[in-house]
Amino acid sequence: MQFWIIQGLNSLSLGALLFLLSSGFSLIFGLMRLANLTHGAFFMLGTYFAATALRSFDWLNIWVMALVAGVAVAALGGIFERLVLTRLKANPLGQVLVTLGMSFIISDACLILWGGDSIPVPTPRGLQAPTRLFGFVFPTYRLVLVALAIAAAIILYFLLERTRLGAMIRAGVDDRQMARAIGIPVSNLFTTVFCLGAGIAGAAGVLGGPILSAYPGLDADMLPLALIVVILGGIGSLLGAFVGSFVIGIIYTFGTALFPELAYIILFLPMIFVLAFRPQGLFGRVSA
Amino acid sequence: MKWLGAALLGGSLLLPPLFAGDFYVNLASQILIAAIFSLSLNLLVGFGGMTSLGHASYLGVSAYISALLTTRYGFGHGAAAFISITGTVAVASFFGMIALRASGLGFLMITLALSQVLWGLAYRMSNVTNGDNGITGLTRPSPFGLSLDSPAAFYWFVLIVATVAFLMMTIFVSSAFGSSLKGVRDQPRRMAALGFNPSLIRWITFVYAGFWAAISGLLYVYYHKYIHPTSLSITSSAEALLGVIAGGAGTLGGPAVGAALVLLLKNYVSAYIERWNMLLGLVFLFIVLVMPAGIVPGFSKLMTTLRGEPR
Repeated sequence: MQFWIIQGLNSLSLGALLFLLSSGFSLIFGLMRLANLTHGAFFMLGTYFAATALRSFDWLNIWVMALVAGVAVAALGGIFERLVLTRLKANPLGQVLVTLGMSFIISDACLILWGGDSIPVPTPRGLQAPTRLFGFVFPTYRLVLVALAIAAAIILYFLLERTRLGAMIRAGVDDRQMARAIGIPVSNLFTTVFCLGAGIAGAAGVLGGPILSAYPGLDADMLPLALIVVILGGIGSLLGAFVGSFVIGIIYTFGTALFPELAYIILFLPMIFVLAFRPQGLFGRVSA
Repeated sequence: MKWLGAALLGGSLLLPPLFAGDFYVNLASQILIAAIFSLSLNLLVGFGGMTSLGHASYLGVSAYISALLTTRYGFGHGAAAFISITGTVAVASFFGMIALRASGLGFLMITLALSQVLWGLAYRMSNVTNGDNGITGLTRPSPFGLSLDSPAAFYWFVLIVATVAFLMMTIFVSSAFGSSLKGVRDQPRRMAALGFNPSLIRWITFVYAGFWAAISGLLYVYYHKYIHPTSLSITSSAEALLGVIAGGAGTLGGPAVGAALVLLLKNYVSAYIERWNMLLGLVFLFIVLVMPAGIVPGFSKLMTTLRGEPR
């Protein structure tokens, strides 16, 4: 029983990280029609930042670090979007290739700076002791992580559905030309959303650090998971990213625990299933 | 003029074993293998408008099947090659069915995800694939009793296969089917209205491209006598895609030139520094921002401008 509970919590915490990663990816894709393959690298940057900063500064805590890394990665994403992506507006394929190139550059830069060994990120001191609930023992940090992802989902939902910025984003997603025609600064909106998505990915990297630790190839491990989540949930849908993340989190964690060799194959079964019957994803809309 | 150029280029392919040292002959073999691989990807990217970021899957699967069968299960090279190609074509037809449920960026993301799954599998299933250590101790086949162990002999073998591959792919795209493929790339709805079946046309092309990728995978594993999960990685897919884009997607010979450039760059850079991935990323940025049509079309456009002919 303890096995199922622990693995259940592990799946939820992986799902939480995946949601943070894929919600930004999905948002960027929905608005900009851009498959941002740098997203995994943004996540990894966050983890490496956390590994370095939290180990060198004793007074720094992970929540502040998540904020700092989020802002730093968002700024990096913004520069990249402004300098490179805006030049390729009419060339979606070129945009993807450039994000791919950027992901190679970032991951190689991380390899130069941090070397090839994996660097653990310390679990915050207050959350190291396990929590006891109903006679079961839970790793506290993972519980907090799940709560955080749910909070982030609620905040993102309100941002998109209840604010002026969200209304502009939704207008841009639905009909970019019309949005532009009625005076919504779509180009600035692109930069904002790209920064937001990159920032969330960077912060997610920090928060994932204590579970995953920083290692070369972390980006290549996380990106396909995010892609599968987004394909499963429906590209551009926040709800889809939420549901997809937890589904994939559960399948991947239990797959790895029960059939370690086949975890990767089990991972893409739901994707095949969804694509066969609902190619636009569980919550995706058929684009006009 | 054009034919003369092609004949010169073709003739120059006969030169390496006659005049160059082993190092350059081996390099030429590698270039031809990479050229077959990039040309097969070009069928999808250039002629089919389907940008795949997972083409390394087929190279890698075919190489792994051949390596496993010959080392672990004692198969001969002929049978192993047949099973590798059949197996890879089966994987390609299955992956094609999945990925072609989407188009455009969705297709790209699915091919990437599928190939990453295979890459992860090659790493994690270490009792089968030997994981990060790769599979060593492989041999080259001896077709008709001729040993391919010398660089020159192997080069001739690769050159024959590459010539057949180039001709077969050229016939493929110049045929009536090739025209319908280009039609589906440009105007899928009109083609559907004309009674063509776009998804079937795309799928057949996908499988055919997988077949030639499988061939290049076999040559790859014969050449290196070693296979490692990196041959399935996104870097491997990206190198081929860079070859296609750099050479000019949708041109007949361009991707071969692009693949040669990528390979030469990789070889020369790796001799000095270890930063191939970073350079690969930078080259991607450069090509997309500066020469989006590719080097070969970019160059011929430049020549036209220099000659002062009206465009």
